[in-house]
This record gives sequence, structure tokens and C-alpha cells, in this order.
Amino acid sequence: MKLPAFEYLRARSPEEAWQLHSEVEGDAVYLSGGHSVVPSMALRLQAPSRLIDISGIADLHGIAVQGEVLRIGAMTRHAEVMDNPLVARHAPLLALAAPHVAHPAIRNRGTLGGNLALADPASEFPAAVLALRAKIEIMGPEGRRHVPADDFFLDLYETALAPGEILAAVHVPLPPADRVFAFDEIARRRGDYAMVGVAAQADLEEGVVVDASIALFSVGFTPVRATAAQAALIGAPLSPESLARAQASLAEDLDPPDDPGFPAPRRLQLARVLLGRVLNRMETRP
Amino acid sequence: MKVLVNTIVNGAPVQEAVTPRSSLADFLRDDLGLTGTHLGCEMGACGACLVLLDGAPVHACLVLAVQAEGGRIETIEGLTETGAVADLQESFHDRNALQCGYCTSGMLMSAQALLARNAAPSRDEIRDALSGNYCRCTGYEAIVDAIAATGRARAVTAAPANTEAAE
Repeated sequence: MKLPAFEYLRARSPEEAWQLHSEVEGDAVYLSGGHSVVPSMALRLQAPSRLIDISGIADLHGIAVQGEVLRIGAMTRHAEVMDNPLVARHAPLLALAAPHVAHPAIRNRGTLGGNLALADPASEFPAAVLALRAKIEIMGPEGRRHVPADDFFLDLYETALAPGEILAAVHVPLPPADRVFAFDEIARRRGDYAMVGVAAQADLEEGVVVDASIALFSVGFTPVRATAAQAALIGAPLSPESLARAQASLAEDLDPPDDPGFPAPRRLQLARVLLGRVLNRMETRP
Repeated sequence: MKVLVNTIVNGAPVQEAVTPRSSLADFLRDDLGLTGTHLGCEMGACGACLVLLDGAPVHACLVLAVQAEGGRIETIEGLTETGAVADLQESFHDRNALQCGYCTSGMLMSAQALLARNAAPSRDEIRDALSGNYCRCTGYEAIVDAIAATGRARAVTAAPANTEAAE
């Protein structure tokens, strides 16, 4: 339905954004692409009195290598995550995840920062940044901080962002050339929310896994790091035996919600199947 | 309080004061009378309201009119007038790829953007491009056929020019 009435203001700098936000404490929402904020207002899930458009803040734009990391500005649209050569090279899990995010027209407007700040547990990018061991750059009136993705997603739609703070960028550590990656999800139809999804990367030395990072989504209230499955892979080559060990370990990592239409044991089983597929498909970046 | 918005709609500069809660779709339909942009779900699911914003299809129900500041918008009226989608429209007609027509302007936006990026898309790629467009009348088979046929026809008309350029 039509949106409830609100006041619309543009912030040209972070300072201006904080000022505008603090004036109506608790009743302002930041607007970037608007592809979560606007439908949530149309559905009357929220009705803030003020929308502060932060899309013009220069700090939130751009994709660049800075020292040991790739910094991806929060305003980067999903379509650009999908096509940008620096993302494909240095943050391949984000590029692999992007085609699964919603539909083409949504990807033309939705932003990476908005997606992560919403923290939908069924969304692809939160799990991808978790698996990439990225850091989230947050700026607020108290200064700038970098929060590891592992500490960013706290609960259902709840993140480490304090009221008034702005998610500025994602920092992805530059991967070694021989790191292997894979991403996949199971969804009923193209563009639907995943029933379960997996993002994984691993480092091998002389054919033996020395490090693994695996994150799943649509399996709980937040994206989930599969700590036990990671541990099950380390110290052995990627083989049917080590994959089976990782799949068996998933029961320790996941405690999926029990939904009448989608019982927890079925979701766990799908997660095992998908983890097997993903680990079988691990490749170096293109 | 109304906000002044400057855009270019179908090639013509438009300056209008809009209420912040107006979607781009409401702005196009109610303020500019461009009713070829249809509203279905008003929550970004059905794709009936797609327009081109700076060349890329977007949901006019999810973009606020105030967010279109400085943008270049093309609606089905503009694409029809310039003839940019004339062959697609002809192909939809030939293949009966519409019944009530409510979804058609959105379908044409997705199709036009796809063919601009990928001149010879596979059926799978066409389906993927249309994944955010609902049709509740005909099913999608005829629509996919019509887009595939247009892609092939455009490739044939483009080919002689390319050969000439190569020589």
C-alpha cells in the first residue's frame, strides 16, 4: 500500500546525518537504496517520522584496494557487486552470491550496506562477508570502528550498529592467489529466499587444508559460522572422507528453527547436502 | 512538506514539487499522467511498475520520487514513442505473449535491458531476467519465445553492419 507520511531530508556529510538523526531520537531511519526500508513501510512494519537520505555521502561510495584489504563502499549496488572486477578478484564470494540476491531490478537499486545493516538471516551477503572474514566499517558521532563480521550479526535483524551509526563500508582481506571458494543455495524458485545457503573458502598447502571458513544462511536468526565443519576439514586433503566428516559435524554447528512447513531436521539435511555440493566445487578465483 | 525534484522523463526535463511519500510510480502516473507504468503489489514483488532509471530497470514503487532527483527516467510511453521497443512489442503481439496486458510494460523493460546486455540470451537467461516479473494470465512460455525471437531478429539486422565494419 501507499507509504505513511514522513519527512525526507538529505544528508551531505556524516556529521549532518548524525545531527538530523539525533533531532528525532529513535524515530529516524537512514535511507540508501531504500529497497528494504520502503517495502517495510508499505507493509506498515515501520513508520518512521523522518527518512534521512545518506546516498550522497562521499565516504559511502567506491570500491578500492587499500593496503591489505578491498574496501567496498556501503552504497555499492548489488548489480555492481556482481560485475565489478575488483570484487570478482578480491572478494569472489560476494560476486558469486550476488546473482542469487533477489531479482535483477532489485539488484539495480539495493545496496550492499543496506543489505548488511538489515541483516536478514535468509540473505546471501551477510553469510558471504562472514565466510570472507571481512570487517564492517562503522562511523558514528563517537568515531570510526571496524567490527569483524563474526561480531556484527547479533540476532534477528539485530547488528552491532548503535542508534545513529552508519555502516560505511566492508573491508575484505586480500586473498592469496591459491585460495579456493564456492557458494550455492537451494531455493524453490529463482530469486526466492533460500531454504539454505552456504559460502565457503579454504587455503591448502601441498594439498592439505590448513584453513577453512564456512558460513551458512537461512539456518537460524543470524548467518552462522560452521566452526565444527571447518575444524573437520583441517589437516586433510579435500576428499570424500573429509567432506563426510564436515557434513556430519554440521549438527554441532546448526540449530535450525522448527517450522511446521519446514521441520528442523529437513533443513539440517538440506544443509548437509548443500555443504557437500559446495565443498566439491571449491575453485580458485577466475 | 513538498520537495522539488528535477528529472528527465522520456527525454524532457521535468521539475515538480512532490510529497516525500510519493513513489516514482505515483509521480509518473498521477502527476505526469504516464499511466503505462502499472502498480500491482506496491512492494517490489510483481514487476508491473518497472521503468528504466539511468538505463537500468528499477521498481518505480520502491523508488521514492524524491530519490529520482537528477535521474533520467524512461517509461513505456517513451520507449514506444522512440520505437526502441517496437520490435519487442510486435513480437509479443505475434506470439500472443500477453492477455490482459497488465504486466506487459514491466516485461518489456526487463526484456529491453536484457537484450541490451546480452544480444543472444538462452531461455534460462531470459527466465532469470524475468524472475521478478509476474504474469498471472498466460504463463511465461510465450513471453520467453517473444524475447528470444526478438534477440535473434536483432542479431540478424545488426550482422550486415558488423560485417561491413570488419571489412
